Amino acid sequence: MIGGTKIAGVVAILALAAAPYAIKEIYYVNIASQILLYAIFALGLSVLVGYAGLVSLGHAGLFGVAAYAAAYLLAAGYGHAVAVLAALAIALLATAAFAALSLRATGISFIMITLALGEILWGLAYRWISVTNGDNGINVATRPEPFGLPLVSARGFYGATLVVFLLAVAATAIFVRSPFGAAVCGTRDQPRRMTALGYHVWMIRFWTFMFSGLLTSVAGILFVYYNQFISPQALALAASAEGLLMVISGGAGTLLGPVVGAALVVVVKNVVSGYIERWNFMLGAIFVAIVVFMPEGLVPGAVRLARAAWRGISRARTEARAPFAEPKP
Amino acid sequence: MTFWLLLTVNSVTFGGLLFLLSAGFSLIFGLMRIPNLTHGSMFMAGAYLGTTLLAGTLGFTLDFWLASVIAALEVAILGGLMERLLLRRLAGQQLAQVLVTLGVSFMVADLCLMGWGGDPVSVATPAGLGGFARIGAAVFPLYRIAVILIAVVFAVALWLMLERTRLGAMIRAGVDDPQMARVVGIRVSRLFTIVFALGAGLAAFAGMIGGPILSVYPGLDQDMLPLALVVVILGGTGSLLGSFVGSIVIGFIYNFGQALVPELAYFVLFLPMVLVLVLRPQGLFGGQIL
Amino acid sequence: MTALAVKALSKSFGGLRVTTNVNLAVAPGERRLVIGPNGAGKTTLFNLITGELAPDSGSVLLFDREITHLPSRNRAHLGVARTYQIITLFARDTILRNVTLALLGLSPLRWNPVIALDRQRHFLAAARAALERVGLGHIADRPLAETSYGEKRRVEIAMALAQNPKVLLLDEPFAGLSIDERSDVRKLLVAIPRDVTIVMIEHDMDTALELADRITLMHFGEVIVEGTRAEVVADPRTREVYLGE
Repeated sequence: MIGGTKIAGVVAILALAAAPYAIKEIYYVNIASQILLYAIFALGLSVLVGYAGLVSLGHAGLFGVAAYAAAYLLAAGYGHAVAVLAALAIALLATAAFAALSLRATGISFIMITLALGEILWGLAYRWISVTNGDNGINVATRPEPFGLPLVSARGFYGATLVVFLLAVAATAIFVRSPFGAAVCGTRDQPRRMTALGYHVWMIRFWTFMFSGLLTSVAGILFVYYNQFISPQALALAASAEGLLMVISGGAGTLLGPVVGAALVVVVKNVVSGYIERWNFMLGAIFVAIVVFMPEGLVPGAVRLARAAWRGISRARTEARAPFAEPKP
Repeated sequence: MTFWLLLTVNSVTFGGLLFLLSAGFSLIFGLMRIPNLTHGSMFMAGAYLGTTLLAGTLGFTLDFWLASVIAALEVAILGGLMERLLLRRLAGQQLAQVLVTLGVSFMVADLCLMGWGGDPVSVATPAGLGGFARIGAAVFPLYRIAVILIAVVFAVALWLMLERTRLGAMIRAGVDDPQMARVVGIRVSRLFTIVFALGAGLAAFAGMIGGPILSVYPGLDQDMLPLALVVVILGGTGSLLGSFVGSIVIGFIYNFGQALVPELAYFVLFLPMVLVLVLRPQGLFGGQIL
Repeated sequence: MTALAVKALSKSFGGLRVTTNVNLAVAPGERRLVIGPNGAGKTTLFNLITGELAPDSGSVLLFDREITHLPSRNRAHLGVARTYQIITLFARDTILRNVTLALLGLSPLRWNPVIALDRQRHFLAAARAALERVGLGHIADRPLAETSYGEKRRVEIAMALAQNPKVLLLDEPFAGLSIDERSDVRKLLVAIPRDVTIVMIEHDMDTALELADRITLMHFGEVIVEGTRAEVVADPRTREVYLGE
């Protein structure tokens, strides 16, 4: 993480905090809430994809488990605190099972197992009507009032989401900068050598998956409170793909990247689709463009271009002054 | 009794359709080592294009079979272009290639939505096959029998192509050991384009053939892709026999699952796939570790 | 007591026998050189010793303790360190981070997800010291991608030494190095104290032969000749392996 990105991140956070007071329209405040909760989802996925090098196409399934668990418990009459905690517990159990099954493989196989597992969860949401109410989904009557503060209003909900988002970013930052975080990156780059160095690669991946699952579950619960509704669509392959798009478009192995990516996808989905009909096409096209031309993602890519531009400028200046000097190595 | 018989026929039919879909998927996976996530989109695009050709373009309507073939060719060309222009740029980077196919699948799905709207399009059963065949007390829809026969014909044709032609030998070599194949002088990158186009074309053909049974609707791609995935995982990548057996098995599981345990249908369908991936990653027939 | 012993070790891949009934006994502090033509199974032997590959039969012993079924990561904790024939370093990181990871692998800190790695002064100091030992202290903060091949090789050795190994396996440490670089690495290896047992695979005979106490010659997965330098050089089978078939 270079200094420039850090400063940009701080500025962004401050801007986000001030946003609901600067923006008049509730619609945009809600967009901001969505960006934040999807940013948490993207951070969770990014930890797995960017830092552990494991690309999951089934994370929407875990997102959905948390959301459905919360919705089901709330509809059954349990209080918010119980529902949230229980939903987290259930989702973490699901994550553990997910991880245990998919960590049998790496690379392309991993993608396919996670895709299949995500589809299973989607199928259950869609067909297990007695529990999930199928296509009709489950409604959530009220939003919680933590410490007596109501989240019914858009601004109130945004504030709560912002707090959770900042906590998530802080947790991820700490995770990434820790010795364990360094080990995770090591398993991404040279798993065989890591084993020879004494690391337990499977266990490292498993706990990374669990941390990823925690963030994903939190996002899922925020989602179900935001919409006050959950349906199987939230677990479809397209949703997992969108999550992956958020991570990759922003930049997989960075902190700011997933946030930028989430903003990009949410904005395109909501705001732009008001003007351009086919947002799915645009999303796909952006995906392809990024993978082909800027695979490291927008944040590192922009940094790379900025650096190259800076080098170009300073080199031009040096050459102008001393045209016969030795070329830089 | 007739219910079970009909269910069985439908299962075999669906299996045949799945074979046409997944044979291409399996070859692409075996040769290029990537799950082609646009495969469902090719299926759907082929069906949509076929319906347009059926309805009449350039002033004249086409016969069902001709429409199927032309739609297949169109999609094959598009598939070849996609491989040549996008995937080849990322040669060697399987992960990136998979993501590109994912992105393209989004684009194709939306293009179809733009072109044909959100309502399902039904496809009329081709002339002459709309009726039923009577064997004893049992009644079988003719078209479904036809689909089974078509699948068998294609299975044999593909097998002959792989075993008896030079192209087939090159494909088999590429599937076994791409590096060795290059060393022996096989133009593996060109092979990739050909096989990708072939796979896309087959999927498109399957889409049109399946039209009278499944009709065409937005989301068809998302319904079919996971099935192709399951078949190939079960049957092994790069294995024609595996695709055939896998297709029939999944055809049965899918249809019987829907009929008997509708709530857990997806679970029942994907569980074998997960089990195979976890216990025997090379599938029941394939020799390749993924 | 032997530092490292291998008994009747065999491994096949399908029909291909890569290691056949290999026996090896390395005394503590010994410098053992393993030589042989390409494909002789030397690196495979290393993989079997570190546990990255599981043998079909036979056993591996570390200081007379059976480690044949011990996972690779545990063997690192028992004091086995190795370098690789092909550079397998962490390309996205600095040299310092590479060595830090090597140190971290043996520390319980590696499971800690809350403290900041860059603030663990004693760790970073130890990593810098390891780099000083191989003459790379001055470029510790340089990204690995900006180092030369020779420097990368030295990073490998620094990482292996940073683990304070009891048994050090070096897989072609001189491969691809210039004359000066070879001289640097040679000095490095000579300086390693005798409480570390070294087993080295090498092709560069001139440099390696003078470092070795004993030599093991392998061919087609089997041990053909073993002994002191003089013995191996004099043995007619050595000529056979290298010159004729």
